[in-house]
Amino acid sequence: MRGFLLRRAATVPLTLLGVSLLVFAATELVPGDVARIILGREASQASVQALRDELGLDRPWFQRYADWLGGFLTGDWGTSYTLGVPVQDLVVSRLGQSLLLAGVAFTVLAPVAVGLGLWAGVRHDRAADRVISVGGLAFGAVPEFVTGVVLLVVFAVNLRWFPSGAQAPEGSGPLTVLWHLALPALSLVLLCTGYVARHVRAGTAVSVESAYARAAELRGLTRGQVVRRHVLRNSTVPAASALGVQLQFLLGGLVSVELLFGYPGIGALLLQSAVDKDLPVLQSAAMVLGLLYMVIVLGADVAYRLLDPRVRLGAVAS
Amino acid sequence: MSAAGVTATRVVTRPRRRFRVALGAGVALIAAWTVVAVCWPVLAPFDPEAQDPLSRFLAPGGAHLLGTDQFGRDVLSRMLAGARPVLQVAPFATALGVLLGTAIGLVAGTLGGIIDEIVMRVLDAVAIFPAIIATVLFVALAGRSVTVMVLVIAGAFTPIVARSVRAATLVEREKAYVEAARLRGGSTIREILPNIGPTVLVEATSRFGDAIFAAATLSFLGLGQPPGSPDWGASVSDNRLWLTNAPWTVLAPALAIASLVIGIALTADSLRGRRERS
Repeated sequence: MRGFLLRRAATVPLTLLGVSLLVFAATELVPGDVARIILGREASQASVQALRDELGLDRPWFQRYADWLGGFLTGDWGTSYTLGVPVQDLVVSRLGQSLLLAGVAFTVLAPVAVGLGLWAGVRHDRAADRVISVGGLAFGAVPEFVTGVVLLVVFAVNLRWFPSGAQAPEGSGPLTVLWHLALPALSLVLLCTGYVARHVRAGTAVSVESAYARAAELRGLTRGQVVRRHVLRNSTVPAASALGVQLQFLLGGLVSVELLFGYPGIGALLLQSAVDKDLPVLQSAAMVLGLLYMVIVLGADVAYRLLDPRVRLGAVAS
Repeated sequence: MSAAGVTATRVVTRPRRRFRVALGAGVALIAAWTVVAVCWPVLAPFDPEAQDPLSRFLAPGGAHLLGTDQFGRDVLSRMLAGARPVLQVAPFATALGVLLGTAIGLVAGTLGGIIDEIVMRVLDAVAIFPAIIATVLFVALAGRSVTVMVLVIAGAFTPIVARSVRAATLVEREKAYVEAARLRGGSTIREILPNIGPTVLVEATSRFGDAIFAAATLSFLGLGQPPGSPDWGASVSDNRLWLTNAPWTVLAPALAIASLVIGIALTADSLRGRRERS
C-alpha cells in the first residue's frame, strides 16, 4: 500500500510538468503579437516594442517557459493584463467560489447517486430500476448548460422558486448563498448522477444475488438488514471510483455552468481570460485546475484502495 | 474480476425487446436530425437569418410555430438550421479520434513491453488534463474554426479510445487464433483487428455523443462558429438574456441538443448491452 502511494505521488510532478508544457504551448499559439493585443491597435510601434522588452517576449521560448514555471512554483504569478491586479489573489478567490459550488453539488450528488444505485440494484429489472437507468443515461448525455437552462425556465422564470443568478448579494447568510447555488448545483448533479448510480447498481445487483447475501437471508435477516450489513459495504468500492471519475466531470462542467448562471468562479475566469488573451491569468487558472484534477484522481485512487480490505491488506496486488 | 464480470453480465442482462426499442428510438432520433441537417433549406418555413423588426418576440403559434427571437427571426427555422454545424464537426472529430485511438491502442496492445508502457504513460498524462479546459484553451487561443474544433475534440478522444482498444487487444492477444497466426509468421494485428470491431463500434458511438456534447458546449461558450449564423449552443447563449420574457427562444435549441444527445446515448447503450451479452 505504501509502495503504491509513493509510486502514485511520484507521478504528480511529472504530470504537472506535462500540463505546464501544454498550457505554455497553447499560449504560444496566440495569433499576432501579445504586446499589440494588450496595448490595442492605436498604440505606436515604439510603445509596443517597449512592452515586448518589458515582458521579455523576444527571448527564446524555453527561457520564457523556465521563467514562467519558476515564477509559478515560487508563488509569483504575475499581474493580469486586463484587470491590472495580482493574478494569485484573483485565481485563489475565484477558485474558492468554484470549490463552494462544486462542494455543494458533490454533497448532494454522493448520497443521492449511491442511494439511487443501491435502490435500482436491489430491485433490479423492476420499474424503479428502469426509470433510474434510463433517466440517468439521458441526463448524463445532455450538456449541463442545457439542463441548467431548462431548470432556469421552470424553477426561476415560471415557478419563481429560485433566483436566476448564482451569486448571492454581498453579506448574505449561508442559507441565501445555498439558495442561489441550488440550480447550478442541481444541473451538475443531474449530469453526474446516472454514471455513479449505474456503477453502484451493477455491483449491488451482483451482491444481492450472491451466495453470501442468500445465506444471510436464510439465516433469518430481513432484506433491509442484508442490504445494510452485506451489500452496502461491497458497493462502496465501485461508488468511490465512480464518484472520483464524476468529480472530474463536475469540475469540467463548471466552465459552462458558471457562464450560464453568471457565477464568478475559476471556470468563468478561465474562459474570460482565454477570450481576452490575458495570458498570466489563463496560465495560472489552467495550472490550478490541472493541479486540482490530479489531486482528485489521486485521492479517488487512494480512497478506492483504502475502502477495499482485499487491496488494503495486500491480498490482491494493487 | 473475471468471475465477478461474468456474474454481473448475467444478472444485469435485461430483456432483449427493451434493447430493440431503445436502439430503434435512438437511431430514429439520429437519422431525423441528420436528415434535418442536410435538408433544412427545404424543411425550414422561413429564412433562419431573415430579420423582421415588426415581429420580435412573437410567442409560439400562428405562422411562427415556435415563435420569434429578438430580431424577429423564426425560432423553428433556426433550430432546424442549427443541426448542421454540430453535425459537421462531430462526425469528423469522432472519426479522427477513433482512428488515432484505435491505431495507438492496437499497436501498443499487440506489441506490449516497453513500447506499451511508454505509450500508456503518455496517454495517462494527456488524459488527466481536463478535456474541456484543454479545449477552451486551444480554441480560444488558436482562433475559432471548424478545423481547430475537430482537431481539439479528436485529440481529447484519442487517449480514451486507445485505452479501451488496448484493453480489448490484450484479451484477444491471448487467444489461440492469434498464436496460430504468430506461428504461421503472419501479421497478428491483421488477425486481431476484425475481432475488436465491436469494441471500436461502441467506442465510436459513445464518442459521437461526447463530440456533440463538446461541440454544443463550445458554441455555447462563444468558441464555435462566427456569431450570427444559426447554431444551437450559440442560440442558447445569446437568448438567455431574454429568458424571462421569451423562454421559447432558449428552450427550442436546448431541447434540440437534448434530443440528439439522448438519441445517441440510447444507441450507444443498446450496442454496449448487446456486446456484453454476446
